[in-house]
Amino acid sequence: MLGKTAGGLFWMFRYLERSENTARLIETGFRIALTRPDGDEWTSVLQTASAADSYRERHGEIEQSAVIDFLLRDKENPSSVYNCIANARQNARLVRTALTREVWEAVNETYLEVSKSLARPVAERNLPEVLGQIRQYSALVSGALHGSMLRNDVFDFARLGTFLERADNTARILDVKYYVLLPSVGQVGSSLDNVQWETILRSVSGKRAYAWLHQGKVTPMGIADFLIFDPRMPRGLRFSMSKIRSNLAMLENSYTDRHHCHDTSERLDRMLQTGKVEEVFEDGLHEFLTEFLNDISRLGHEIETDYRFHG
Amino acid sequence: MSGNTEFFDELDGGGDGPRAPYAAYTRWFEGENLKDLQRKSIEAETFFRRTGITFNVYGQAEADERLIPFDIVPRIISAREWTRLTKGIEQRVRAINAFLHDIYHRQEILRAGRVPVDLIARNEAFLPQMIGVEPPGGIYTHITGIDLVRTGENDFYVLEDNARTPSGVSYMLENRETMLQMFPELFSKVKVRPVSDYPAMLRRSLGACMPVNASGDETVAVLTPGIHNSAYFEHAFLADNMGVELVEGTDLRVQNGKICMRTTRGYRPVDVVYRRVDDDFLDPLNFNPDSLLGVPGIFDVYRAGGITIANAPGTGIADDKAIYSYMPDIVEFYTGEKAILKNVPTWRCSDKESLAYVLDHLDELVVKEVHGSGGYGMLVGPAASKKDLNIFRKKLEAKPGNYIAQPTLALSTVPILTKAGLAPRHVDLRPFALFSPRGVEITPGGLTRVALKAGSLVVNSSQGGGTKDTWVLEDG
Repeated sequence: MLGKTAGGLFWMFRYLERSENTARLIETGFRIALTRPDGDEWTSVLQTASAADSYRERHGEIEQSAVIDFLLRDKENPSSVYNCIANARQNARLVRTALTREVWEAVNETYLEVSKSLARPVAERNLPEVLGQIRQYSALVSGALHGSMLRNDVFDFARLGTFLERADNTARILDVKYYVLLPSVGQVGSSLDNVQWETILRSVSGKRAYAWLHQGKVTPMGIADFLIFDPRMPRGLRFSMSKIRSNLAMLENSYTDRHHCHDTSERLDRMLQTGKVEEVFEDGLHEFLTEFLNDISRLGHEIETDYRFHG
Repeated sequence: MSGNTEFFDELDGGGDGPRAPYAAYTRWFEGENLKDLQRKSIEAETFFRRTGITFNVYGQAEADERLIPFDIVPRIISAREWTRLTKGIEQRVRAINAFLHDIYHRQEILRAGRVPVDLIARNEAFLPQMIGVEPPGGIYTHITGIDLVRTGENDFYVLEDNARTPSGVSYMLENRETMLQMFPELFSKVKVRPVSDYPAMLRRSLGACMPVNASGDETVAVLTPGIHNSAYFEHAFLADNMGVELVEGTDLRVQNGKICMRTTRGYRPVDVVYRRVDDDFLDPLNFNPDSLLGVPGIFDVYRAGGITIANAPGTGIADDKAIYSYMPDIVEFYTGEKAILKNVPTWRCSDKESLAYVLDHLDELVVKEVHGSGGYGMLVGPAASKKDLNIFRKKLEAKPGNYIAQPTLALSTVPILTKAGLAPRHVDLRPFALFSPRGVEITPGGLTRVALKAGSLVVNSSQGGGTKDTWVLEDG
């Protein structure tokens, strides 16, 4: 496979994952704002989307409809849902020959339909429908991917993009809220502020799953453990990392060559398999997440170099 | 189905009832409901858009991806008509190759005085770097698109030979796919020769032209200028359907005397490159130094037998509009036979007497730039305003050698589906011929382009043209 094609696949699926994540962040922010109109949820949503500075430059004050528009459809915001989907499709065109007709058409249709919905500002009344549409199309693409693509290097690079982006996103969500999870003296084991934990779990579509697994006992450690170490949580760090590792292992097998990225992914995967949430809290959650985000970013660069994405 | 007495209508031919090739289709059509067909027509557009069969229009940044309108009424050619056309096309393709080989070697046609030396020597399309170069398998034009127009029952003319990088073949294939999806029952009533073999034929044909220093893998790749090129969809389509890599210049480099592509496992040799990049941009070291689309040094590798470039560099000298007027001579010179397909009479404005005639009859003629393409820089006299005529008059007087003129041809019509039902529109036809040491292979049919505006003679997609599925009927 061409290095350029591998890169195109990787970024196509990173962008698709990012668009879905941004849509989910908007959904969460909107939901919280409905129930707690006096809160300041939008600031942390912008931070999580790494868009706080660019938003302030453009709009100044935080204002719900402006934030939603900025995150959803602003062409000046590189991680707006519109831009992510347009970039995903641009990459899909670039790697058209590596995709099945089903996957290409799913991405193309996603772009055509979502850009139609985002052609004008979305009224709050229509927001749930538009966000639902984005999620549906994202499912359409991943369904087409799973149902029609050969399990070869093409598939591996697509999955690497998805899970690297996902791990990055979930770590960011946790990091923006880490102060909420930080147990102060006497707080360990006590209940958290409802809104805050709800935000975190909603942002990763994990509210119900968490409630099931923990019988409704919401604790800082419980949530951190769920998102970092629980192997069953598909948007969690451990799950994402184990997928990254196995997809890289698949490439190592089929290409019979080993690179830096293999060492890095194995180290991170082991760390998440054996780590304990208590230790993380002891050493500092923020420090842990900062280091993890750096590791993920380095792993991304290693994959790009090891598989010759660029000339 | 109204006919126009001035023009040959391929459906009714001016007689009573449909011409034979359209008989079965007409029977089917008469049993259909117009509203349903119009709905199908809209479905087709959705289908094309979803598939992403779009082309980019230069200079229009916004709406930069457009669909070429597709008309659901097929253009139908009988087996007998097709046999005659293919003989003419094959003859022409062989003559063009022989001409190219001669022009870049002994130049016997110039010595024999059949083509003026000046026309070659002072022609920008002539590539001196190709002199003495032997292309792998002796093939210059692996792919040729011959533009044909029809003016009567037995009158076909060649309008243009496209010997550089003819495009449109993906539309030929997708148009058929669309028709098969929309009207499966129609294909059980009318026996149409399939076109879907084209990518496999192209792959075989390119594979039969391995360079002297081929790698063991016989690797073929399609070279595209990139996703912003107007025909990018087609480049991806062909690579995909041949099962070969689609590369850009930045994916390639010279390594150990071979062109190699950067893969996830390192650099791997390429043996044949089907390039959709113009000569000028192919190699910044040998041609246009500012090109970012090509591969530095690819031409040196080519000369040393490390790679096959399809089509070969320098083929433009064969489809130049000034050379066009000599094609009947060229065919006769190399094949010893009279040209089967007719040439449109052409006035070369470089010639004083011709220029005088052209200026006198400007409102009757079509004037074309010698190096133009895509219907740009062209004057259709009978349709032009006084102002346009005057602008062209000045252009002709300033640089007569830049222009040729031809009579306005009475292009045949084929009906399209409009709101009011069937209505005749002018068409042309671009069949695609593949040439390799295995021989000439021509896919039955080709791309029919249709001028969608009533009365218009300009079929180019950039100027309001659309396309149709082209049927060649099975024998009997």
